Amino acid sequence: MKTAPLHTILAVVTLRHDAVGGGAPIFYANDEAERERIATYLSRILDAMVHDLENGTYILVKH
Amino acid sequence: MLSAWGPITMGLAVGTLTRAHLLRVDYRMYPTYPHGWVTHLALGLVAAFLGAVAVPALAAREFTAVTFLALAAQQFREVRAAERESLAALEASERVPRGADYVEGIARVFEARNYLAMLTALVASSLTHFLGLSAGLLGGGAALVLAGGLRRGKQVGDVAVVRPARLRFERSLLYVDDVMIMAVGLRESREYLLRHGRGVILEPRDAAARATLATLGQRQAIAHDAAAAVGLRKDFGTPEFTPLVRLDLDTGRTGLCIVPTNPDINALLEGVRRTPLLESSRRLPLEVGR
Repeated sequence: MKTAPLHTILAVVTLRHDAVGGGAPIFYANDEAERERIATYLSRILDAMVHDLENGTYILVKH
Repeated sequence: MLSAWGPITMGLAVGTLTRAHLLRVDYRMYPTYPHGWVTHLALGLVAAFLGAVAVPALAAREFTAVTFLALAAQQFREVRAAERESLAALEASERVPRGADYVEGIARVFEARNYLAMLTALVASSLTHFLGLSAGLLGGGAALVLAGGLRRGKQVGDVAVVRPARLRFERSLLYVDDVMIMAVGLRESREYLLRHGRGVILEPRDAAARATLATLGQRQAIAHDAAAAVGLRKDFGTPEFTPLVRLDLDTGRTGLCIVPTNPDINALLEGVRRTPLLESSRRLPLEVGR
């Protein structure tokens, strides 16, 4: 079941307004708990893997 | 000299027995039981019959009969194509796909085993034809045992030491021992992996094994068979629980991480050891003495 192109960033979830931009949908979170929750929802919905870039930003990638 | 029926019956019996002997349903449930099993037994019967009639037909100066063997070869090539097609079609709905190499390997084995059935039937029927019933029985039995020896090909456990290993995280990176597996962002998933995940390390015994384990086809087959052996805690939406087999580039050691339903580490180790070494993944790198 192919739902999205592979190895592209499907979404970005971040605490930092200044750190991200560009083509993928960006979700801003107010704190770590909210970031974690949004990322979990998106991961389950998109069947995508959550990766921590360790600068306050999570990306969701379909592998 | 017996009538033609003696050799034919002997060949048919030995050939069919060969196919049945090579046909085993195990925990991997492939061939599928009962219908896949019946299909292959029936094809084995056809193969055995073709092998069995060849020599009696030639003895009766029916030379056209030999052309049927060519027809058989064509037929069994189609067995391979059909087997490949049906497995490839199922790949999309497998939680852990077998991978193209494994699919090709299975298809090849099914084709080859029909030839084996044909060959043992040929041996048994010609021995019966020329030397009598007891020689046919003896030779047929020997051929069956020889063919049976081909049932178990080389397995991963033969070329690598398979041992349990600890899962750990370095920040968001998951390691099995010191083999990096993947980056897991979600804290909850990391905790779940540490609680329920199991790690296995495969240490190749030589350079050839190292090159073989490095192929993507072989690693995918290991992941598939490991999941078949111990089950899988994974559903749509949890890609981080996909079993992964990753390589340590410096040592050639290979790490597997899986989240099984059966936590028994010995079942997992055995499942990994029994993964067939795929023909199309076997590598034999050149070793030049210094």
